[in-house]
Amino acid sequence: MITKAMKQGLSFAFVMAFLVGCSSTDTKTDDADTGANGGGVTTGTADGGNLGSSDGSQDGMQDLETVIYFDFDQAVLQPDARTLLMAHAEQLRGSNASVRLEGHADERGSREYNMALGERRANAVRDFLVLQGVNRSNLEVISYGEERPLSLGSGESSWSKNRRVEIDY
Amino acid sequence: MRIFVALMLSLCALTARAQLTIEITQGVDNPTRIAVVPMGWSGSSPLPEDVSSIISANLERSGQFDSVPRTSMLSFPSKESDVFYRDWRVMGTEFLLVGNIEERGGRYYATYSLFDVLGQRKVISNGKVDGGAGQLRDVAHHISDKVYEKITGIRGAFSTQILYVEAFQGTNQPDNFRLMLADADGARPRMLLESNEPLLSPAWSPDGRQVAYVSFETSRPAIFLQSLATGQREQLTNFTGLNGAPAFSPDGNKLAMVLSKDGNPEIYTLDLRTRQFTRVTNHYAIDTEPSWTADGKGVVFTSNRGGKPQIYQVTLASGRVERLTFDGEYNARGRVSLDGNTLVMVHQRNGVFHIAAQDLTTGTLRILTETNLDESPTIAPNGAMLLYATRFGGKGILAAVSLDAGTKYRLPSKQGDVREPSWSPFFN
Repeated sequence: MITKAMKQGLSFAFVMAFLVGCSSTDTKTDDADTGANGGGVTTGTADGGNLGSSDGSQDGMQDLETVIYFDFDQAVLQPDARTLLMAHAEQLRGSNASVRLEGHADERGSREYNMALGERRANAVRDFLVLQGVNRSNLEVISYGEERPLSLGSGESSWSKNRRVEIDY
Repeated sequence: MRIFVALMLSLCALTARAQLTIEITQGVDNPTRIAVVPMGWSGSSPLPEDVSSIISANLERSGQFDSVPRTSMLSFPSKESDVFYRDWRVMGTEFLLVGNIEERGGRYYATYSLFDVLGQRKVISNGKVDGGAGQLRDVAHHISDKVYEKITGIRGAFSTQILYVEAFQGTNQPDNFRLMLADADGARPRMLLESNEPLLSPAWSPDGRQVAYVSFETSRPAIFLQSLATGQREQLTNFTGLNGAPAFSPDGNKLAMVLSKDGNPEIYTLDLRTRQFTRVTNHYAIDTEPSWTADGKGVVFTSNRGGKPQIYQVTLASGRVERLTFDGEYNARGRVSLDGNTLVMVHQRNGVFHIAAQDLTTGTLRILTETNLDESPTIAPNGAMLLYATRFGGKGILAAVSLDAGTKYRLPSKQGDVREPSWSPFFN
């Protein structure tokens, strides 16, 4: 019995290690990808995300990635963003939780235009969630434009992280 | 109230540390050579400010002057009878400024004369200006204005001021934003407002007495009006969505702005007397960054209604909209010069963001800056230079360029990211 339990423990540890290994590999890959297309969904909320996802999918409000990324001067949701937002909608449907959608832009171009662009991005996320059945009155949109960058620094690796909407539960 | 206490506490410390310094990077090919002789002064202690150096620096910063170093001067005349034209002609001096300062009852009285060395004649005779103990820099700026105007025929803007935003953002501390006011040369910075939430888009009223800006202090963007003399503030807007980009009409009666309360970012005007809002644009695209035409009859604004941001003009009486920019895929935040002839803007070319100027008669667009990530152009009230924000050495700084692109200088800050300059009107 003891041996069996130990075996189970060992195999669990092995699975965990494997999962963690996968996660960190993913993180690296995504970081590299962000340089090319801004589609990465890693930084910002990566802490705890790895542990949470290996735990399963029970209550999980905090488990989902909460940052949606965009292309330069665009407010169009990319396919991976839609997938993620479907999962958020699943959680939010029928819930009374109020959620703040914070739109952001990278530092390029003019500040007030970026303020409007950030709002466009947050509106795109809101509209998608509403289409998925989320109560619109629970969703608050605010744009910070380029005033609150996630990554300080000038270059596509920073810019791609800053063109985002943060879903703030 | 908390803000004012912070303001008072920080004022002294800031003045010493945070000053913007000037680095001239380009001047005109044949600058006028002027000698600014140290002002005569018979006080027992040195003058609190080196008035002559401030004048020299002002004139050099315009790019149109080259000043004779003190060490090259053969004499230091402070009145006409001591001026020997040949002393100055031999070193190629074209103009000579001499003067004298006296102190009576805590007030400084300056007398100055400007000589045309080649023509051997006096072109300003015994000009006079006086100021209180803290106003020697103002005295220097006043004399600079008079000299500049006499020689170039263009009104000097050295006595004007600038607003800008200073931001401190990093991983180890909460964000800190400051609305700053300084002389046009970056000296004497004063903090008007400090907040942990973003501050942006400062704008001057045309009488130079009030500023409007956007503050996120209520956790949402809102437009505020603040008196410079009293510090008294008033929140003008509190709508859902964007409340941004305030711009005073030339007569000071209206404020143009962007609001997205109806779903889309649209241009509105607020009549400051009746407090009536009037919607100006009506389009599902982004309309933002309003700026008044010189005659106050129209507003230029940024819109992506054609797919990419471009600058448009709306005539307020008719609502007719006309596109102004066609060169390039990103033109934004236009500002029209006071003479109505030039539109300056943020312009993207080959992925790089520059400041560009478009001749509104011919439509010709010219890139003025060689830096990258340039934004927020603001034209001096005399139309000679514009200030803008850019990045240099990994920090946000202010830089200036003449509208003919012949003169360039930077105003790096010792601390924080400096951005969003707004050049004041003339104060008198």
